[in-house]
Amino acid sequence: MMAAIATQDLTKRYRSVVAVDRLNLEVERGEVFGLLGPNGSGKTTTILMLLGLTDPTAGQVRVLGRDPVREPLSVKRRVGYLPDTVGFYDELSGRENLRYTAALNGLSGRRAEERIGALLEQMGLAEAADRPVRTYSRGMKQRLGLADILIKEPELVILDEPTLGLDPAAAHEFLELIGRLKAEGLTVLLASHLLEQVQRVCDRVGLFRKGRMDLVGPVPELARRVLGGAYRIRVEADGEGLEAALAAVPGVERVRREGRGWVLEAERDLRPAVARAVVQSGGRLYALELGVPSLDEVYRAYYGEVQHDAA
Amino acid sequence: MTRREGSAFAGLGVVFTKEFADQLSGARMVLLVALIVLTAAGTVYAAIQTIRNVVGEDPFLFLRLFTTAKQPLPSFVAFLGFLLPLLGIALGFDAVNGEFQRRTLGRLLAQPIYRDALLFGKFLAGLTTLALVLGAIWLLVAGMGILLTGVPPSGEEVARSLLFLLGALAYGGVWLAVALFFSVLFKNPTTSALAAIGTWLFFTVFWGMIAAGLAQSLAPVVYGFPEEVLRQAQTELMLARIAPNTLYSEITLALLKPEVRALGPVLPVQLQGMVLGTPLPLSQSLLMIWPQFTGLVAATVIFFTLAYVFFQRAEIRA
Ligand SMILES: Nc1ncnc2c1ncn2[C@@H]1O[C@H](COP(=O)(O)OP(=O)(O)OP(=O)(O)O)[C@@H](O)[C@H]1O
Ligand SMILES: [Mg+2]
Repeated sequence: MMAAIATQDLTKRYRSVVAVDRLNLEVERGEVFGLLGPNGSGKTTTILMLLGLTDPTAGQVRVLGRDPVREPLSVKRRVGYLPDTVGFYDELSGRENLRYTAALNGLSGRRAEERIGALLEQMGLAEAADRPVRTYSRGMKQRLGLADILIKEPELVILDEPTLGLDPAAAHEFLELIGRLKAEGLTVLLASHLLEQVQRVCDRVGLFRKGRMDLVGPVPELARRVLGGAYRIRVEADGEGLEAALAAVPGVERVRREGRGWVLEAERDLRPAVARAVVQSGGRLYALELGVPSLDEVYRAYYGEVQHDAA
Repeated sequence: MTRREGSAFAGLGVVFTKEFADQLSGARMVLLVALIVLTAAGTVYAAIQTIRNVVGEDPFLFLRLFTTAKQPLPSFVAFLGFLLPLLGIALGFDAVNGEFQRRTLGRLLAQPIYRDALLFGKFLAGLTTLALVLGAIWLLVAGMGILLTGVPPSGEEVARSLLFLLGALAYGGVWLAVALFFSVLFKNPTTSALAAIGTWLFFTVFWGMIAAGLAQSLAPVVYGFPEEVLRQAQTELMLARIAPNTLYSEITLALLKPEVRALGPVLPVQLQGMVLGTPLPLSQSLLMIWPQFTGLVAATVIFFTLAYVFFQRAEIRA
């Protein structure tokens, strides 16, 4: 089966600014893919091109096997898009807003009403459904937005910064909803700069930087590539000359002071060896844990590296 | 441009229905209609006071309801010439940038419709609203006229007044299209409203003076020959006709005053053989204002096309 999204050297230039630079992106069906990058790195521009809302300067795009430039309608019929700043008609109720979207997708009458009702229920908006959207909280609007894109029963949903402005609890809830979409077999493309969230729901992520996407892969793999050692061992201990002793453990690549202890980068799980080293050098060990490298670290290392390059 | 898939107007009906409902339920609509109904009632009532004593003498009594002014009130059509642009602008000034401000544009254009359908649906909804308001006003005027004068309008009067209504619709349509264009051009509804009102003020207040000044330099009167004077007057009229309000008043004049035989300056020789004061048949009046009517429609089409072109290329990102 063809990929849900495939681009070839996709490029978008705004006069002198290259917003997206020769992007080659492939997203498989059923996958949750995270587009990750700092502000202005080209995530939104990429999404707009995928939907045919902005014409590419060069390159090819295929979304669900179609060209969004030539066949925008059949792409938009099967793709749900939640913009980074989603708005509704404030004076209409949530249900009425959804009704309009349904009608634009050719859905009306009993079938539309049933679908709208079910989606509002699913998003936890059944109570507020007939209140004007003006009375909705940010989180409710965002969930209404998700209901809005699901009306057309999309095969692919594209979410641009979907947790923007949500408090941690609401964001968590929202990510859970996204997780459920995956379980239903939908393909999800998610743009964000909130690493921890992307990490939680995405199968693979692509790191954007100044319009280029140089790093793609599952989080652990990216960690290995960017950070070198893929294991993080946090040691909390005190004693004389511990740092040197830790660095001397075979397999430890780097030792870094952090908080009241150290973080070791290693290529394997070296916890027993580290414990032994602490004890042998006469130190007192309080804690020893293995951390999975977070995307945050990857991100910081990667962009830090890059800035370093540039400087 | 590459051939596009599907109909450009997929979703047009849906957009139209939504926009039309919005127009009718909006607060601004209530305000404007109240304003127009009050003016209609006021001016027509005043007109009836004036024409009461000629009941039975004037064959076009019904039409006089529209055109009679009684100090200090202007005639109903003069008022309408003022209020129609306002209504057109009010219906369209935030059509597109309003969606942008509410952040609904991106979501809307992610649905399987073309931008064409959105723009055209909004325009049609505005135009239909205008037509509805005009129709209601016509009924009001006709009702008042029949009640207060006791004379039912003749067939020709009804035809003339309805055709005038069509002209008024075209005139309002121009301003709707202008407002729509500005709503695409400017991201801020306040700016687009100001731009549209500014354009209207320019044409109603300043263009007449500019046309007169231009005519003086383009067709100067050197020796004072009647031909020279006529040529200057004609030049001025041609220039004045760039303004939609000139076209509207000419349409009004020709349709609602059947005794008007010519628009603009004429030489006495041209009037030879005409019996002054006899009304022109409707077909002749129509023929006379056909170019004006076409002009209004053309202006509407031009502004709508401009709006369309700009909207197609507009960046929709928030
Ligand atoms: N209409 C435009 N004209 C000129 N430059 C633009 C335009 N739109 C976007 N850009 C530029 O393109 C680049 C990419 O912008 P884009 O919005 O895609 O970034 P992003 O990754 O979505 O950022 P954010 O996280 O802030 O949403 C930026 O440098 C931006 O300034
Ligand atoms: Mg963005």
